[in-house]
Amino acid sequence: MEIPYTIDDRPDTGLYNAKLGIWLFLASEVMLFGALFSTLVLLRTGADYWPHGYEKLNVPLATINTFVLIASSVTMVMSWASLRLKDFRKHRLYLWLTFLCGLGFMVIKGIEYGTKFSHHLYPSTDNFYATYYTLTGLHGLHVVGGMVVILYLLLTGSRMWQSQPERFTNRIEVVGLYWHFVDLVWIFLFPILYLL
Amino acid sequence: MAGHTVEEIKKETRGYILVFVALAALTVVTVGVSYLHLSIGPAIVLALFIATIKGSLVACFFMHLISERKLIYSVLILTVVFFIVLMVVPLSSFLDHLAPWG
Repeated sequence: MEIPYTIDDRPDTGLYNAKLGIWLFLASEVMLFGALFSTLVLLRTGADYWPHGYEKLNVPLATINTFVLIASSVTMVMSWASLRLKDFRKHRLYLWLTFLCGLGFMVIKGIEYGTKFSHHLYPSTDNFYATYYTLTGLHGLHVVGGMVVILYLLLTGSRMWQSQPERFTNRIEVVGLYWHFVDLVWIFLFPILYLL
Repeated sequence: MAGHTVEEIKKETRGYILVFVALAALTVVTVGVSYLHLSIGPAIVLALFIATIKGSLVACFFMHLISERKLIYSVLILTVVFFIVLMVVPLSSFLDHLAPWG
């Protein structure tokens, strides 16, 4: 049985199914991160003392990571635009760059975590580090999840371009929406955790 | 909903580069402002203001919310309402301290 509306828009929603699906998923993700942000606000405002992020965390590394993630968003959207221009070679180039940016982000995050662990700073240390590890850890898991899907679309998943190019283009758009959301979350995490 | 002709798509890609430059510049501003060591109130307002501008650029241009279907706007409006409720709930804890019977 063929899955309906993978290419054409549904007449009632005006969207293909995967696009509506990813937006509903992203709405649930807003609530997930919102709950954690809300917890941070509660803990921070209720604490007698809360350190400034820049005193405890590595701002230069996090700034580099911000640039890396922003760059990955651009390469992601360029990868989709290349497919719409029927330029598969450029699409792959941009998608590989997106994957490598994701990898770079995680490597830098690993260095940051490694330094903290070497100084015996764990989630159990205090509420500051508990929220730091929870929020950045969950965000990091989202980056890894996106990288897994991107890698699939770079390897076996890319075969769909030969048989169903429009459907493959839609898949890249949907993955792109997820990836931009991950970037969006970091845009708020960075100043809240590191700079305030 | 994005453009369909080659010219429209190429115009969009030029826009993506401009958005990238704006995001990079705003990141520099965000970090620069943090070195001013403002008091916590203005620092939070300013940092969240810049982050909101950056987030809006990503959502409007990279996620194409600037020209999306009504259904997606409806979903997002509902999400924003619940998000605001979620953020306001912790503030209600202050009322316990302010209440004369507390």
